[in-house]
Amino acid sequence: MASDDLGTLQRELVPAAGPATVSHGTIVLVLAAAELVTTARRLRDEFGFDLLLDVTAVDWPADELRFEVVHHLYSTRHRVRVRLKTRVGAGNPVVDSLCALYGSAAYMERECHDMYGIVFRGNRDLRPILLYEGFEGHPLRKDYPKLREQPLVAYREG
Amino acid sequence: MDARTFPITPVAPAASRSTKDAAFEYLTTRKDELIGWARKFSLFPYPFVTACCAMEFMAVSASPYDTDRFGAALPRFSPRQADLLMVVGTVTHKQAPILLKVYEQMCEPKWVMAFGVCASSGGFYQNYATLLGIDKIIPVDVYVPGCPPRPETVIDGIMQLQDKIARSRHPIVTERF
Repeated sequence: MASDDLGTLQRELVPAAGPATVSHGTIVLVLAAAELVTTARRLRDEFGFDLLLDVTAVDWPADELRFEVVHHLYSTRHRVRVRLKTRVGAGNPVVDSLCALYGSAAYMERECHDMYGIVFRGNRDLRPILLYEGFEGHPLRKDYPKLREQPLVAYREG
Repeated sequence: MDARTFPITPVAPAASRSTKDAAFEYLTTRKDELIGWARKFSLFPYPFVTACCAMEFMAVSASPYDTDRFGAALPRFSPRQADLLMVVGTVTHKQAPILLKVYEQMCEPKWVMAFGVCASSGGFYQNYATLLGIDKIIPVDVYVPGCPPRPETVIDGIMQLQDKIARSRHPIVTERF
């Protein structure tokens, strides 16, 4: 895929959003939460992005739409990366799951749910994967106290 | 048994033997020193290995450094057969119940070595995930600093533990016996 296809991706996929950019060789597309699954499906089926690399999030505590959910896709055919950024609010941090498109989404969405409390609608198993049952809160949110511990074993006295 | 069919010639009874010097016929010692001497050279480590310190544990266990010189070479992978718990690497809160269970399964007498800064104090971690030192949940006999410790540091830790064992009381019968 040549770099002038950046404009094609922009026109085809997210005409309403801001311009697509290139950051360190990765195409960055900003889109609304409702467009995520349709965009990812088109990227997979029409543009050859066959590998889901990562699902993560960024916490912007001062912003109205506080959480930025970030997906990274890779095309093994074209050797191009694309990053999808979606904003959701703290009150209802829900985005659609990509489990139906990429099997690898299941575990990565579980981890993102652990760390940021993002709910992935359609992922039927959002149990803790890195944290443990009974852990309160989401430790990578900016308002999680840095020194708060939730030990499972009682500490020895002294 | 007929003496002629037995290949070893029987010696005379001890009472009839004469030696010029009887100095080494008997040794006297203190019970604690004797048992401590025996125990300090027969440490059976259980390696509770969780993180990158494992590389240095392998280095110190391999032939160039050879912990068998200190009688501490043979790892036992059942805590019931071990008497030295080597906690090698970072222990998280999620792992702490497993570490406690392993420690409780070990028979007395038992000792614990915190191998590296993470096991000693949490090291450079201070966050939601990490247990800030295994001594929060189990007693520790010797702390080995380093990230990771050099093999010489570990050997120094083993030797300090040996000194500690040699100086300790070793009750043969305890209230729990």
